[in-house]
Amino acid sequence: MTAEAVWSALAEVEDPEIPVISLVDLGVVRDVQVDGERVHVEFTPTFLGCPALEVMRDRMAEAIESLGGEAEVEVVMDDSWSTDRITPEGREKLRAAGFAPPAPREAAAPKLVQLQAAVFRCPYCGSTETKLENIFGPTPCRSIRYCTGCRQPFEQFKTI
Amino acid sequence: MNEQELLLLGIADDELVLGWRDSEWTGIAPVLEEDVALSSIAQNEIGHARAIYQLLAEDADALAFDRAPEEYRSSQLVELRFVPDWARTIARRVLYEAADELRLRRLMASADPAVAGLAAKIDREEAYHRMHAELWRGRLRDEPRYLVAVDELFPYLLAMAEADDHEALIAQFEPKTVPSNTVLQAHRRGAHADGWPDLWNEMTEVRRSVPGASW
Repeated sequence: MTAEAVWSALAEVEDPEIPVISLVDLGVVRDVQVDGERVHVEFTPTFLGCPALEVMRDRMAEAIESLGGEAEVEVVMDDSWSTDRITPEGREKLRAAGFAPPAPREAAAPKLVQLQAAVFRCPYCGSTETKLENIFGPTPCRSIRYCTGCRQPFEQFKTI
Repeated sequence: MNEQELLLLGIADDELVLGWRDSEWTGIAPVLEEDVALSSIAQNEIGHARAIYQLLAEDADALAFDRAPEEYRSSQLVELRFVPDWARTIARRVLYEAADELRLRRLMASADPAVAGLAAKIDREEAYHRMHAELWRGRLRDEPRYLVAVDELFPYLLAMAEADDHEALIAQFEPKTVPSNTVLQAHRRGAHADGWPDLWNEMTEVRRSVPGASW
């Protein structure tokens, strides 16, 4: 077994809550080490309270086991994951599915005034005439905005 | 536990208990947006508690739910039950996030990389709780019920915070009176508020009925 084969298998594992993107697109797979049949994966959580974490871990283990490997998925609780880790392909898949991808993270944490005044583009019509409806949304990783161009509410990924 | 571990346990207990209290609004918040917001915030806080418990113990559930009520290190500010009082709920959110930001900033500078890393990760999510608090602080700026609640809860806030943060919190909220040491002592962490036995009972009911139950 090769690390490349494992990465390809993990690239097929869907995010449990947003199945349009894979866990590799999401940037949560930090490292893959292969030693014979033993496969060690380092995985970083997105939001700490996300109930999808256990499902992600189990699905990755299943994908590795279906290759004939012995999976060891280590959850790394450090600060290495940010929404900037979502790949360009992942961002495009999100947009196509109607989720506005996260804005790039700046050095400091985002501020309320940025959510209210900065430019956020509607994933449906491309208009930048959108306003903040709710900082929070259906899962911890999303906010709700409203597009005055096409009169549609949409889900905006938070930048963390 | 050493002093640093006790400090972390207190923070984790604060996050767990506040998450529990905020989740009492799920389904009954004044507007749908806030139903979503408080439920999401509660979910985050409980996620933070779990991550900190995992730093301290092999089994986070056991640490979270298998202790006697007097062993919890939560502050009284988070133990108070406010449903259906929205003004006090928001006053607590505003006050709590202010103190939580100060202590997180200190943990992010910790010499222990596991603590510093986790604190930085938690802070990424807390930034959105602070935005929510800021939004409501602005909306209720002239609302008497909110202003009364801030004054009423300020002693609890100061009792929750470490002494190093008192000056900054007093400057930020400008309370009518600065609580005396006697008041702070009565509101101290570990002395537990009136609603605590009922909440402990509810939180631990499953684990007491089925020892070792996991979710």
